[in-house]
Amino acid sequence: MTESTGGIDFEDEDASGVIKKFMFVNRKAPYGTIYALESLEVVLISAAFDQDVSLAFLDDGVYQIVKGQHTKAIAMKNFSPTYRALEGYDIEKLYVEKESLDQRGLTEDDLLVDVQVMSSAEMAKMMSEQDVVISF
Amino acid sequence: MLHIINKSPFENHTLDSCLRVALNEPGAALLLTEDAVYAASKGNVIESKIVDALGKVKVYALWPDIEARGMQDRVIEGIKMVDYGGFVDLVAEHSNCQSWL
Repeated sequence: MTESTGGIDFEDEDASGVIKKFMFVNRKAPYGTIYALESLEVVLISAAFDQDVSLAFLDDGVYQIVKGQHTKAIAMKNFSPTYRALEGYDIEKLYVEKESLDQRGLTEDDLLVDVQVMSSAEMAKMMSEQDVVISF
Repeated sequence: MLHIINKSPFENHTLDSCLRVALNEPGAALLLTEDAVYAASKGNVIESKIVDALGKVKVYALWPDIEARGMQDRVIEGIKMVDYGGFVDLVAEHSNCQSWL
C-alpha cells in the first residue's frame, strides 16, 4: 500500500480487486483557478481503476456545474459538458450541498447534470463513509 | 479611482474591504472580473452589498467572465457590462486604479 497512489497498490495482483470508496470534494469556482479542471482529470483517471467514485460539490464548487457556460471569449476550454459524460464512465454519484446552493441563489434546476442535493449533515455522513477523500 | 476585483466574494473578504474603502469616494468605479463576477449575480447573499454600492459608485463587470460562468441571465440591474476593450477604456479614463488582490 502506498500513500502516493491513494492506497491503491499497483504491484500486488491480489489487491487489484479491492474496491474503495473515493470521494472528490470540489470547492472552487471553475475558471479562476485550475482546481476544478484538475479535479475532473483525476476523476476521469480514477474511473479507469474501477473504484467506487463520488463527487461532492460545496461552496464555490457548485458553480462548476451551473448551466449556460460559454468560455469562447475568455479563450479557455469549457469543460462543463464533461460532467454530463461522467455517467458513461459509471460515475453517477454527484452530491451537492444545499446550503451552498442557497447561499448563491441557485437551485437544482440551474445545474447541468443530475445530482443528489443534500444537507450539510447528510454531506458529513457521506464524507465519513469514504475510504479516501481527495480535496480540490 | 478604478477598483478592480477578481476573487469570488464567497471565498474571501476582498469585496468587503474594497467596498469599505471605495464607497467613501464619490467618483469611484468598481470593476468585477474573473471569479468576482459572481458578485454581479442576483439572488445570492452578496446581492445587497452590490445594490448598496450601485447607489454610490459605478459598478462594471467583465462580460466574457460573466458568460464563461453561465451568469448571463442573473446580472443585477444597474451593473454595466464591458468587454476587454471597455476594460482598457476604464483604465485609461480613470486617473489611477487599484487591483484588490
